[in-house]
Amino acid sequence: MPITPLAIHAYTLVSALGLGTAATLRALIDGHSGLRPNDFGPAAGIDTFIGRIDGVEAQPLPEEFAPWECRNHRLAELTLAQDGFYAAVTAARDRFGPDRVALLVGTSTSGMLSGELAYRARYGTGQLPAEFSYPHSQELAALSQYLQLRLGLAGPAWTVSTACSSSAKVFADAHRLISAGVCDAAVVGGVDSLCLTTLYGFSSLELVSRRPCRPWDIGRDGISIGEAAGFALLTRYEGGSGLALLGYGESSDAYHMSTPHPEGIGARLAMEQALAQAAVGPEAVDYINLHGTATRANDRSEDRAVTTLFGSGVAASSTKGWTGHTLGAAGITEAVVSWLCIEHDLMPGSLNTEQLDPELHCHLLLENERRPVARVLSNSFGFGGSNCALLFGRPEWD
Amino acid sequence: MGLMKLGIAGVGVLGPGLDGWPRACAVLAGGEPYHKTPFQPVPPQLLPANERRRANLSTRLALGVAAEACRHAGCDPQITAAVFASATGDTEIAHQLLESLADPAPTVSPTRFHNSVHNAAAGYFSIATSSHAASTSIAAGDASFASGLLLAASQVTCEERPVLLVSYDLPFPAPLGDTRPIAAPFACALVLVPPGSGRPLKLVFCPLDARRTTLEDPQLEALRLGVPAARSLPLLRALAQPDGVPTRISLPAGSGRVELEVDGAG
Repeated sequence: MPITPLAIHAYTLVSALGLGTAATLRALIDGHSGLRPNDFGPAAGIDTFIGRIDGVEAQPLPEEFAPWECRNHRLAELTLAQDGFYAAVTAARDRFGPDRVALLVGTSTSGMLSGELAYRARYGTGQLPAEFSYPHSQELAALSQYLQLRLGLAGPAWTVSTACSSSAKVFADAHRLISAGVCDAAVVGGVDSLCLTTLYGFSSLELVSRRPCRPWDIGRDGISIGEAAGFALLTRYEGGSGLALLGYGESSDAYHMSTPHPEGIGARLAMEQALAQAAVGPEAVDYINLHGTATRANDRSEDRAVTTLFGSGVAASSTKGWTGHTLGAAGITEAVVSWLCIEHDLMPGSLNTEQLDPELHCHLLLENERRPVARVLSNSFGFGGSNCALLFGRPEWD
Repeated sequence: MGLMKLGIAGVGVLGPGLDGWPRACAVLAGGEPYHKTPFQPVPPQLLPANERRRANLSTRLALGVAAEACRHAGCDPQITAAVFASATGDTEIAHQLLESLADPAPTVSPTRFHNSVHNAAAGYFSIATSSHAASTSIAAGDASFASGLLLAASQVTCEERPVLLVSYDLPFPAPLGDTRPIAAPFACALVLVPPGSGRPLKLVFCPLDARRTTLEDPQLEALRLGVPAARSLPLLRALAQPDGVPTRISLPAGSGRVELEVDGAG
């Protein structure tokens, strides 16, 4: 069923590539990866590469928000200050009224690091530190509650947490709320920051590479974990050729908690639905930003799904080699990358990928290409078999 | 602006003294006194035998009420979209992961790690029902139920299809329980359908005011206040009444509120 697009007004991203969209675009054009050898203190024992953001620790929250202190909120705060995003939200709040602007954000681990460090302190003292407050840091809702307070909004607000599809699925929720008339605008996005649970957890599943991750490579052997935060301001589409969400698709694998469906059935269903909502066929897509985590099983499953639907004709790449896998923030990270591609005629190659796996058949870009990009499909898939595909473009472009 | 009209076609409940909709219905309709008796959620029959025994309390709660609501509504879970709303997620796993990571030689069980995702219950539900339908998992603290209801209602309105809403929460073990007290395990599920069938429900999001619907029975009111998912009790009480008399309910939802009317005209 075709949908009315959502207009994308303002957006920003902070990742290992840098602060804001200009730094992100520069790194993409220059082929500069944000990955580095793991130097994340509390989990420095793990031999891997990470996409860590410099300066998060040095970004305290405004004094009146001190009870909400945690790495995740510091990263959110750092991001609100980029690309004039805070001012854009303030203007939308004044235009529509605070109760008519929703706040929908994705995360997989929220302020988990605060809980982890509190339990480490308790290991020695037998007590949680007095300053630790679960509801203000580790609780999943802390992220949406903090941001809603910080931005002075009063509309519907929640955190979506569906593992690595979290901050893609917020676009679907925003579309539903705006279409049903519940609100006029939505701040969407996601924030996921480095913590022990994900670094040790993915290591325990033997899904973490010792090298910078290599999507679609014959020698790929796992992910590089990253952190990121990104936001966008969405409203009902009212004409014009600005950036827009043209369609979204959501599905479940119904297969396994941590292994994707081998034929990528769920992934294909999500992509098909995104195209159907935009009333376009596969040939209308210029570039696919793959989920492309660089695990053996994930890339194989996604390759099956993409080639079944698109054949091997559509240019595709994974930008995880640049940013790392930013987990609950992967959806918004790659949405922003998709918008930069459309606005700057860019198709990024898959950084670090050297020798393509001959068993995979996507038209995978190894080098950047500069040519017009009208529509981008962005994939995000998570544990629990949670899939989301987003189609972006300019509604009146053709 | 933004008034949504839909129907409620099925209900499922699991909570202390409220195990199953028939039992909860008898208590909430006012006929039987409420006794806060502990309950033991049975392993979910939906899951295959090997998964059933290992299912965590959160999965037992969520799948238990989801199955009851779908049965009650006569809907096929395989093709029904779902919204899972929980403030706490699986609290046992959260605690166990933090403990194992606090050890000087940190280790994480791979199974525990993949079961720690907030959408674990949603994942098991899709596996149990072989459902490829859309499903999401959200958290909004004490407003988790109201937020899930708002999202599910907007999905029914936009897509003109049934949507299953599942809300569940459970207490944290110590010491997390001291910083985030949850009174008891509680879960409920609703099958929401386009208007014209089921119990009529009107719903709108409004700015917050002092209004909120409470319960007369002090134990039930303590349950409502003590568990985010139990903020659903005023709506469940309205559904436990015989059809006909319109009932209005105010559910605070963060900085706003969701205003409901059950059995209203038009």
